[in-house]
Amino acid sequence: MATITAEPMSDARPLTAASHGERNPQSLVFLILLWLSLAFGLLVLAVLLVTTFLDGLPRMDSALFTNYASQLNPETAGARAAILGSALVIGVTALMAIPIGIAAASYLEEFASRKSRFAKYVELNVQNLAAVPAIIYGMLAAAAAVAIGLQRNTVLAGGIALALLILPVVIVSTREALRAVPQEIRQGSLALGASPMQTLQRQTLPAAIPGIATGTILALSRAMGEAAPLLLLGGLVFVQFDPNGLLSGFTTMPIQIFNWAGRSQEEFQQLAAAASIVLLVLVIAMNGVAIVIRNKFSNPR
Amino acid sequence: MSTISAGAGPSTTSRGPRPSSEPPTSLRSTRPRYGEKAAYAFLVVAAGVSILTTVGIVLSLLLPALQFFREVSVLEFLTGTSWTPRFQQKSYGVLPLITGTLWTTAIALSVSIPIGLGAAIYLSEYASTRTRKIFKPTLELLAGVPSVVYGLFAVVFVGPVVLNQWLGIEVGTFSVLAAGLVLGVMIIPTVASLSEDAMSAVPRSLREASYGLGANRMRTVLRVVFPAAISGIAAAIVLGLSRAVGETMIVAMAAGSQAKMVTNPLEGGQTMTGFIASAALGDSVQGSLDYYTLFAVGLALFVITLIINLISIRLVNRFREEY
Repeated sequence: MATITAEPMSDARPLTAASHGERNPQSLVFLILLWLSLAFGLLVLAVLLVTTFLDGLPRMDSALFTNYASQLNPETAGARAAILGSALVIGVTALMAIPIGIAAASYLEEFASRKSRFAKYVELNVQNLAAVPAIIYGMLAAAAAVAIGLQRNTVLAGGIALALLILPVVIVSTREALRAVPQEIRQGSLALGASPMQTLQRQTLPAAIPGIATGTILALSRAMGEAAPLLLLGGLVFVQFDPNGLLSGFTTMPIQIFNWAGRSQEEFQQLAAAASIVLLVLVIAMNGVAIVIRNKFSNPR
Repeated sequence: MSTISAGAGPSTTSRGPRPSSEPPTSLRSTRPRYGEKAAYAFLVVAAGVSILTTVGIVLSLLLPALQFFREVSVLEFLTGTSWTPRFQQKSYGVLPLITGTLWTTAIALSVSIPIGLGAAIYLSEYASTRTRKIFKPTLELLAGVPSVVYGLFAVVFVGPVVLNQWLGIEVGTFSVLAAGLVLGVMIIPTVASLSEDAMSAVPRSLREASYGLGANRMRTVLRVVFPAAISGIAAAIVLGLSRAVGETMIVAMAAGSQAKMVTNPLEGGQTMTGFIASAALGDSVQGSLDYYTLFAVGLALFVITLIINLISIRLVNRFREEY
C-alpha cells in the first residue's frame, strides 16, 4: 500500500531537489541528522549480524544439525529436535492461518457491506489483535488446550498459538492485496455473468496472489522467530527426540536459543549464537523472497 | 472461459421471445448454488475467528485471574510495592513489575522515536525512489530479526561491550538499560514505516504551496508535512509503545529476573512480560495460587495494551479519513 500512496511524490522530487538545495547551515545539519538516524538503524543491523556470526561460527558444524541438545556436552550438542520442531510447527501454523486469513480478508473486502455491524466488529478485533502481546496468545492456547483436554506441550497447541498470533497480519496484508486489484477486473467478470464467488475465486484472488504471498511469508517468518507464546505451553525446554505428529512434544529454534543463552558456560553461549545464525539465515531468506515477489509484481514506476 | 459460455448461453437464447415484465427473473441464476453458499459460510466463519479469539483471550485470562483475586485483594495487587510470589514471605504488589515495564519502554521509545522519525522523514521526503526501494526493506529487516537473537545480542554485546567497555557505563550482566536500548532498536521500523506512510500520503499540493511561498525543504517538512501527518505519526508511536510494553524475550533475557521497584536503569529489574516468561518456565502446579498469579499479571498486561491499542486505532482511523 505504501508504494501506491507514495506514487505521486516521485514526479515532485526532481523539481524540489533542483530549486531547494540545502543552502543554509541549519537545513544542512537537519539533513545530516536525518541521514544519521537512517544510518544508525542500518549500522546496528550490520553489527548484530556480524557479532552473531563471529560468536557462532566455531560451532557451525554438522553436529549442530544432527545431534540432540545436551546438558553435559555443549561441545557436541545440536539443535536437531529444535530444527525439526520449528519446521513442523510452522507447517501447522501455515495450514491454519493462511486459509482462515484469506477467507476472512475476502469476506471483509469483497462481501461485507459497509453498514454490516458484524464486519465492523471483526475489523476492530483484527486491528486490536494485531497489537496484543505475543505472550498473551500463549496463555490463550494453554488455557484452550487444557479446556478441551489436550496436552499443552504439543505441536498442535503450538501451531494454534502461532496461527492466532499471525492471523491479523495475514488478514491485513490480504485485504491490502485485494484492494489493489483494479475494480474493472471485478466488473468485467460480473458483467460476463460470473457470480460474486466465481469472480473472487477466478479473478480477484489470483490477481492478488503476489501481495498475499508477500504478507504471508513475512508473517510466517515472524512466527518462526517467536518464542514467547510457546513458553507458556510448558515442558518445551529440554527435548531429545524428533517430533512425530500433531500430538507429539516438541521444541523450536527460538526456545532452544533462549534456553542455551540463559546458561552461564561459554560453550552454550556459542551454541546459542550458532543456532541464531541458522534462524537468521532462514528469516532473512524469507524476507528476501517476500521483497523479490513484491518488487517483481508491483506496478512498474 | 467456461464461465462465460455457461453463464451467457441460456440468457441470450431466451432474451428475444420473453415479455418485458420477465427480465428480473431471467437475470437470476436458475439453480441454487449450494457450493457457493457453503463457501460464503466459510468466509463468514473465518471472519468470526477473530471475534472468538478476543473472547477466548478475555475468558482464558479473566477466569484464572478471578481465582487469584479471591485470595489477594485487588487493592494489594495494584498498590503493593513488593512482588515476591515465590518467596517464603509472599506478597503480591504488581508495581515493581510495572516500574520495570515503564523503564524499559521509556528507554526504548527514547531510542526509537527520534531515530524512527528521522529515518521516516529522510525516506519519505529526501530519498530518491531508488534509495527508498533499497533502504526501506533493509530497515524493516530490523523488525524481522527474531527477538531471542536480540536478547542474545543485548546480553553478550550491548551490555558488556558497548555499555561497559566502549561507553564506560557500569552495568551488571542484566540491566534495564541494555534491554531497553535493544528493545528500542527492534521497534525503530514500527515507528519509521507507519510514519513514512503517513507522510507520503500528504498531498503533493501542500508541499508545492509551501515551496511556492518560499519555504525550503526543511521548513516544508517541519511546518507543513509533519503537522499534516501528525495523527498517522502519533499512531505509529503509540503502536511502537504497545510493542515495547508487550515484548517478552528481550526483557526476559537481558533485564534480569529480580522484581523490585526500578529506580536505576543500570541495575536489573523485571517487567510484566519478563515475570510471565520466567514463571511459565518454573513448574507451577495447575490450580495453585502460583499458577493463577501468572494470569493476573497477564490480565493487567492485556488491559494496558488494550487501552494503548484503542488509542492507536482511533488515531489511525482519523488519519485515514483526512486524505
